[in-house]
Amino acid sequence: MPTPLVVSDVAKSFTMHLRDGVTLPVVAAVSFSIRAGECAVLGGPSGAGKSSILKMLYGNYAVDEGQIIIQHEGGLIDLASASPRTVLAVRRHTIGYVSQFLRTVPRVSALDVVAEPLVERGEDREGAREKARTLLAQLNLPEKLWALPPATFSGGEQQRVNIARGFITEHPILLLDEPTASLDAKNRDVVVDLIAAKKAAGVALLGIFHDLDVRDAVADRVIDVTAFAAGKIAA
Amino acid sequence: MTDEPLLRVSALSKFYGSRVGCENISFDLWPGEMLAVVGESGSGKTTLLNCLSTRLLPSSGTASYRMRDGQWRELYRMSEAERRFLMRTDWGFVHQNPADGLRMTVSAGANVGERLMAVGDRHYGRIRATAVDWLSRVEIDEDRIDDEPRAFSGGMRQRLQIARNLVTGPRLVFMDEPTGGLDVSVQARLLDLLRGLVTDLGLAAIVVTHDLAVARLLSQRMMVMKDGRVVESGLTDRVLDDPRAPYTQLLVSSILQV
Amino acid sequence: MSAQSTDIATYNFAYLDEQTKRMIRRAILKGIAIPGYQVPFASREMPMPYGWGTGGVQVTASIIGPDDVLKVIDQGADDTTNAVSIRAFFKKVAKVEVTTDTARATIIQTRHRIPEHSLTAGQVLVFQVPIPEPLRFLEPRETETRKMHALEEYGLMHVKLYEDIAKHGRIATTYAYPVKVEGRYVMDPSPTPKFDNPKMHRSPALQLFGAGREKRIYAVPPFTDVVSLDFEDHPFEVQTFDQPCALCGAENVYLDEVILDDHGGHMFVCSDTDHCEKRRGDPTTPLWGGRAEGAGDLATTPATPTPALRADPPHKGEGKEAE
Repeated sequence: MPTPLVVSDVAKSFTMHLRDGVTLPVVAAVSFSIRAGECAVLGGPSGAGKSSILKMLYGNYAVDEGQIIIQHEGGLIDLASASPRTVLAVRRHTIGYVSQFLRTVPRVSALDVVAEPLVERGEDREGAREKARTLLAQLNLPEKLWALPPATFSGGEQQRVNIARGFITEHPILLLDEPTASLDAKNRDVVVDLIAAKKAAGVALLGIFHDLDVRDAVADRVIDVTAFAAGKIAA
Repeated sequence: MTDEPLLRVSALSKFYGSRVGCENISFDLWPGEMLAVVGESGSGKTTLLNCLSTRLLPSSGTASYRMRDGQWRELYRMSEAERRFLMRTDWGFVHQNPADGLRMTVSAGANVGERLMAVGDRHYGRIRATAVDWLSRVEIDEDRIDDEPRAFSGGMRQRLQIARNLVTGPRLVFMDEPTGGLDVSVQARLLDLLRGLVTDLGLAAIVVTHDLAVARLLSQRMMVMKDGRVVESGLTDRVLDDPRAPYTQLLVSSILQV
Repeated sequence: MSAQSTDIATYNFAYLDEQTKRMIRRAILKGIAIPGYQVPFASREMPMPYGWGTGGVQVTASIIGPDDVLKVIDQGADDTTNAVSIRAFFKKVAKVEVTTDTARATIIQTRHRIPEHSLTAGQVLVFQVPIPEPLRFLEPRETETRKMHALEEYGLMHVKLYEDIAKHGRIATTYAYPVKVEGRYVMDPSPTPKFDNPKMHRSPALQLFGAGREKRIYAVPPFTDVVSLDFEDHPFEVQTFDQPCALCGAENVYLDEVILDDHGGHMFVCSDTDHCEKRRGDPTTPLWGGRAEGAGDLATTPATPTPALRADPPHKGEGKEAE
């Protein structure tokens, strides 16, 4: 089975220049890989660096050391050292990301927020909107909200817009940062179904789920992040 | 999407006597890309913008631009006639103060139509129809077409300035604090409008701003400047979420949370 | 200047000293060589105020010779103060023959008109120009307008015409209507009515323009293309009058409105007085009853309106010239 994502010996720390340059190690020697059609879950207590790992994989955090090898457009690239332009291309075509919070843009409707990643990939706007409607309906977002900008939505509503935005594309790698955190049981089940469908489609998924029921329902494997604790290496 | 950049800037410096305007700036800009240049006033970001837009000649360094015919031209070796032609066809410049970029005493329609007339359009009906179309794209009512921008609000003036710049379908737009001096709600509308236009038209843009929220909303890439030098650059969300340089950390930590 | 000399000999021929005339002639030659291009020149103080034709007078003084025959018109009329005094000036300082006859004149200095009678090769028409820069009201910076001329950036000129159509539904500019000379320079034809613009096109006469206050000379050599700017869907048109001259019955000439009384009485007569008088003196001109609305008895109408009756005062103040 293909392995679209390989992480090897990645390390990350923060240097706080505003606090006399103190260095906060986050993770070190992070090594794992995800196969196509597999859903791996990062496990470990809060502050272990789960979110940081996910953000490095999306290019949102810089990587101090190591490599993040991904299959992108038929080749292999190291995301850890890729140029910003390459990272943008990877985000457009290879790695999708569902964050905890929706970053809203003023005056853009929920429907267009969801459809945007498809439009960016070159699909026509109406076709993209049609897919967005299907997903929003599946996630039980009241239809009267679709035309409104999500800024004023409740947390759960925003999260569903966010999930729809992340799941609408066919990225071969999908990163999930607590997508079900503020959802009720019914919508959690919808997300579990969506993840199952992605797995069946051969997508490699990596997620953080604090909700144990959801985690058990989707995870093929749990990667224990405490093994990558930076302090351990230093010690 | 093409694999060639639109603009290549290499070791660009501008000195005012012994004082540094900007120093050793290098970057590439691709078609459809929005680059934000952030920094506090005096950081050299406006000097850089003026050099890139050839409103100012740099002391050293080069900037090459890929013309519509695919030929690379060095900006500072072009004749003034060529540069001015570029300025009013393939480029746009959105000033912070709309009065600097508009003709305040001619109508909105003529402001939009001027570039068309400058490149030889001599059909009044067609020019006017284009002006009407552009006014609606920047959300200005058609019935204001014969009003002078003096009678417009700040936000409307800025939108008119944008229409005036985009009417010839430029490929590169320079923006100097495009939302500076506007109310927050007016700003939001303008930012959204700009985002939409830039995406629809596939424009490349260089946006100078001191407002990190504007940079995040508009740009994919950013450069942080301090004392005339670039202290950090990269993906906009990477720079803002994981700032590495001391100055960027200071900037990011200074953002007011709403 | 010697004190004992009291006669006209204390003046140089045609008032200006020879060095000045050479300087102005050089500017004129350059202007002729680059049709429509504004040549800067060191304009001199003249014994008349700016706005009264100091530029035109300097050009005339530089080209006039003892054998020339001079005609001076102001708004088409030979008998207005400005025309009379400039004619008298050259009669005095150059001892040249003066005339009101367009056909006989070798040099015609004019303010705001081109004579109706077709000009011929060998004649020189000297225009008095208040503001030579056609782009001035749109772009106040001289550095910028010079650049625009140099780079042939004339989009702005059409902005003005666009504004006209937007405001009035048609190009409402009626005088100082911008023209393009020999396909290159955009030029202000001075505040002549646009009615006269077609006369400039391929005129056999040499046309010289002098702006004294603005220190610019420009020229249109004989047989040069002079094309009025316009839009494809709003082509250039000259003014038309729905009635002929009330005095001589001429049609297709430029008419002035003459106020006859304080009760709204007025009539339209030829602006070109020489043309009008010639027609009236010519027995072959068909008799015309004349029309003066509300003017009562035509017989009491003076044959030639006195300058004081002209609706358009011959001398406006500086700065108002171009209005």
